Amino acid sequence: MAEQPAARAPGVPAAWTKPLRAPLEVLGELSVFFGQAVVTILRPPYRIGLLFNQLEFMAYGSLFVVGLTGLFTGMVLALQFVYAFGLFNAQSLVGATVELGLARELAPIFTCIVIVARVGSAVATELGTMRVTEQIDALETMAVDPINYLIVPRIIAAALSAPVLTMLFNAIALTGAYGIAVLVKDLSPGTFLNRMQYLVEIHDLTNGLGKSAVIGFVVILIAAFRGYKAEGGARGVGIATTQAVVGGLVAIFAIDYIYTAITLSNPQPRGGLGG
Amino acid sequence: MTEPMIDVRDLYKSFGGNQVLKGIDLQMMPGTTTVVLGGSGSGKTVLMKHIMGLFKPDQGEVIVDGENISVMDRQELARFRTRMGMVFQSAALFDSMTVRDNVAFALREHTKLSEEEIREKVKEKLAIVDLFGVEEKFPAELSGGMRKRVGLARAIIRDPKIVLYDEPTTGLDPLTTESVDDMIIGAREKLGVTSVVISHDIGSSFHIGDVVAMLHDGRIVEMGPPEKLRHTQEPHTKHFLATWFGRT
Repeated sequence: MAEQPAARAPGVPAAWTKPLRAPLEVLGELSVFFGQAVVTILRPPYRIGLLFNQLEFMAYGSLFVVGLTGLFTGMVLALQFVYAFGLFNAQSLVGATVELGLARELAPIFTCIVIVARVGSAVATELGTMRVTEQIDALETMAVDPINYLIVPRIIAAALSAPVLTMLFNAIALTGAYGIAVLVKDLSPGTFLNRMQYLVEIHDLTNGLGKSAVIGFVVILIAAFRGYKAEGGARGVGIATTQAVVGGLVAIFAIDYIYTAITLSNPQPRGGLGG
Repeated sequence: MTEPMIDVRDLYKSFGGNQVLKGIDLQMMPGTTTVVLGGSGSGKTVLMKHIMGLFKPDQGEVIVDGENISVMDRQELARFRTRMGMVFQSAALFDSMTVRDNVAFALREHTKLSEEEIREKVKEKLAIVDLFGVEEKFPAELSGGMRKRVGLARAIIRDPKIVLYDEPTTGLDPLTTESVDDMIIGAREKLGVTSVVISHDIGSSFHIGDVVAMLHDGRIVEMGPPEKLRHTQEPHTKHFLATWFGRT
């Protein structure tokens, strides 16, 4: 006779719901963590020294890698656009198109990818190690709020660093694109720059900077959350770091879509080709 | 009659359906050392985290120094914890800071003492745990026993009434274990603190404890002075102690 499945205790969800519940539980915990962090931002003590330490690590420490990534991104964009616009003899649009793409999309997104890879992984590993070696518990026993001491300086620094790094990425990428288009592909400087002043507007830049600030804040919040909740020794720290990077990357593209959809739903008037 | 410094009443706690504490009643008197002895998974650390206010009970209450910490919010708990110090199993020193910065941490966070006063106080507390000239070293440069001593110096920097030790001798060699035992006895004698030690080290527990409480499967099954426990007939305690004192 076939065995009957064991009866489920009242109040215990069915096993098949576990794959559905797990992401919802993480999202719920992340929301609570986000709420705690936001409330704590407003509460003293304000740790300016720790904030500057984090700014040095996140912004100053990322200058080289962001610059290098920006340079190659700009150079490859110039190659692609000179080729593509050359197909219908519209090379005069190369400079403006490169800059529009950089300002609105590529600079904030690539910068945040660098932030996730370099900073997010470090934040998750550092906090995860502090968690499994009981250093976070030690903070609590010394009447120091770990959210205030560890999390708030990191997420504020991320929200401030991301736009600054995005501006740097943008400037270096544009320089790289100019170098390739003008020096290698023989476009005249005027052709490269001319349409830019008509097609690229200040809100294209501010839009990208706002996007990078929001994404920078969220990806470091996710990294901090993963590290803060790490458990199970070295393996747990490794898992937390992987989750921080994967979660951060997915968040970048999800927020990018939402942010872009919201900002483009009410587009600001453009000067257009006529200025 | 003297009130207990720590009074745990009918404490229950479970995690995800796993009942860890099943009605703990435990009183710890001022100025004494109470050792909570038990095997792995008996609920020792969970009990200690309730005494620190790091966990909230499902049922029951924890009264520390006359105040019910089970009902305190985060801010009240943070203020209250200045009366307690904790020495962690792994010492839990901040590895990016020097010994001086570790020990001085709570003073810098909660007092307006000058840097000179902080230096003096750090030196004084390190001397209590027999450490000299290590202020500029980093935790990675210290031995396991020295790290435990720095952990105690950090725990007592604000002159707490209670010091909690989580598995202080786990993983240490016999000589270092002896020196950590002496450190715990010395701290109680020099500072008059109420000490709570969570341990599975029977020899050490009987050496340092005024009272030993045997925790088994989430319950205190036996409690009293070491001599009383040594001659107990309670089966779990008898079985546990036989691993040290020899099987009968």
